[in-house]
Amino acid sequence: MLAVSNLSAGYGSFQALFGVSLEVRAGEAVAVIGPNGAGKTTLLRAISKLIDASGGEITMEGTRLNELPAHEVIGRGIAHVPENRRLFSRLTVEENLRMGAFSSRKKFVERLRFVYGLFPRLEERRDQLAGTLSGGEQQMCAIARALMSGPKLLLLDEPSAGLAPVVVQSIFALVKRICAEGYTVLIVEQSVQQVLKVVDRAYLLETGRIRSSGAAAALAASGEIQRSYLGL
Amino acid sequence: MEIFDIFLLEAVVNGILLGGLLALLSLGLNLIFGVIDVVWICYAELIMIGMYAVFVLHTQYGWPLLPAMAAGVGVVAALGAALHQFVIRPVLTAEPINQLLVTGGMLFLLQAAATLAFGIDFRNLGVRMTPIVVGEMSISAPRVIAFAAALAGVAATWLLLTRTYVGIAIRAISQDRAIMPLMGVNPNRVFVVTSALGGALAGLGACLLVLQYDIHPAIGLTFGPIVFLICVLGGLGNMLGGLVASFIFAQFISVGGFFLHIEWGYVIAFAFFIAVMFWRPQGILGAK
Repeated sequence: MLAVSNLSAGYGSFQALFGVSLEVRAGEAVAVIGPNGAGKTTLLRAISKLIDASGGEITMEGTRLNELPAHEVIGRGIAHVPENRRLFSRLTVEENLRMGAFSSRKKFVERLRFVYGLFPRLEERRDQLAGTLSGGEQQMCAIARALMSGPKLLLLDEPSAGLAPVVVQSIFALVKRICAEGYTVLIVEQSVQQVLKVVDRAYLLETGRIRSSGAAAALAASGEIQRSYLGL
Repeated sequence: MEIFDIFLLEAVVNGILLGGLLALLSLGLNLIFGVIDVVWICYAELIMIGMYAVFVLHTQYGWPLLPAMAAGVGVVAALGAALHQFVIRPVLTAEPINQLLVTGGMLFLLQAAATLAFGIDFRNLGVRMTPIVVGEMSISAPRVIAFAAALAGVAATWLLLTRTYVGIAIRAISQDRAIMPLMGVNPNRVFVVTSALGGALAGLGACLLVLQYDIHPAIGLTFGPIVFLICVLGGLGNMLGGLVASFIFAQFISVGGFFLHIEWGYVIAFAFFIAVMFWRPQGILGAK
């Protein structure tokens, strides 16, 4: 579904990604793991065109995304849940969801029903300002907002960041449910142990380069990952 | 003593009517600043252009007043959109001082253009309306019309911002500009729409002012600073704060001018403004 080949990107003169290649097949849940500053967020930002690639190619279902303006990426079926959730804190929950459906307004009512079915908590709080939600609810709302565009591929940037351990558990349970709903998911995470329980495959990204990749279970069992990321 | 109270009441009523008009004028400027983060120093000059548009269409081309006014709103809305696209957009990421200088330059450009096109004569629409008499009070009809139309404009803007996708996007983009593309929103498009809306509000203001005041190229300078101070008083970019500040400011002008000379009304209003700036530099309803 999504193919990234030999991608280089960065900010100004600072290069964050060096020839990264990866692939996400339809129906898969794939994780990109790695330490802080490895370029994980940059990778997602390059895929959704918030920053321009300086080299390489990004294709979605065979069509090239490189030249597409950022606001048209969502029309290709890619929805991005950004780092730190980035809800519109002074808009209500439902107004946030409405923004998620900005590019597909006719489907708003139908998708709202689907999303509220998935997250009944959000329906209870539909008229509350998003900034007043708890951290876990905000993450829920951010994911729901992305689902409102009816995406094929969901990009999740550190959904567990900044949440209490017990809430992190529920967020990963949520990610698992999203995958079970049939969405293709590319997730970036630092909580390596937990994310590897949720996804099918994973890539290890270090200082802007893919170090290794493979089935989640195999990576979790590999000595390198265990030593560096799982503290075993 | 009874007569005195009637006149005081009249001053209060006039202050409320003026407050409604100022609320409309400040709303457009606040909207632009709140969303795009740029102050249109030339905002009052857009209103001046709108007044001339109504004047020319009505008196020289013989359009009936209402269509001329509708066209005037359209002209200023288009001018607002063009101002963003050709003047603000290139300096959108520049230093704030550069943005101020650019819109300040537009102020003089529009003034000079109006002087060239229309001369420095005072013009007026020549519309006469009989005052509205309530009991012993006599209230100017254009002021009542301006008040009602201004409130309608404010209410329409409110509905637009809360009930439509574009309106919600306008509020969203003022909170987080960088992630709007992830919603499938082209930020520049929202900015152009916001600028056109700000222009339309200025245009509506022009239609209401042209009923009450003579038109000349420098008329923007007579109310531009007041509108700007009201926005700062309420908290720049805070639309609700602007509405509250408009009515407070108008009462100072109207009632202050009633007890003393009319010019003293302005002196008291500006003194109040300076005092508030010491006490709450962020404005009455401003954040931080």
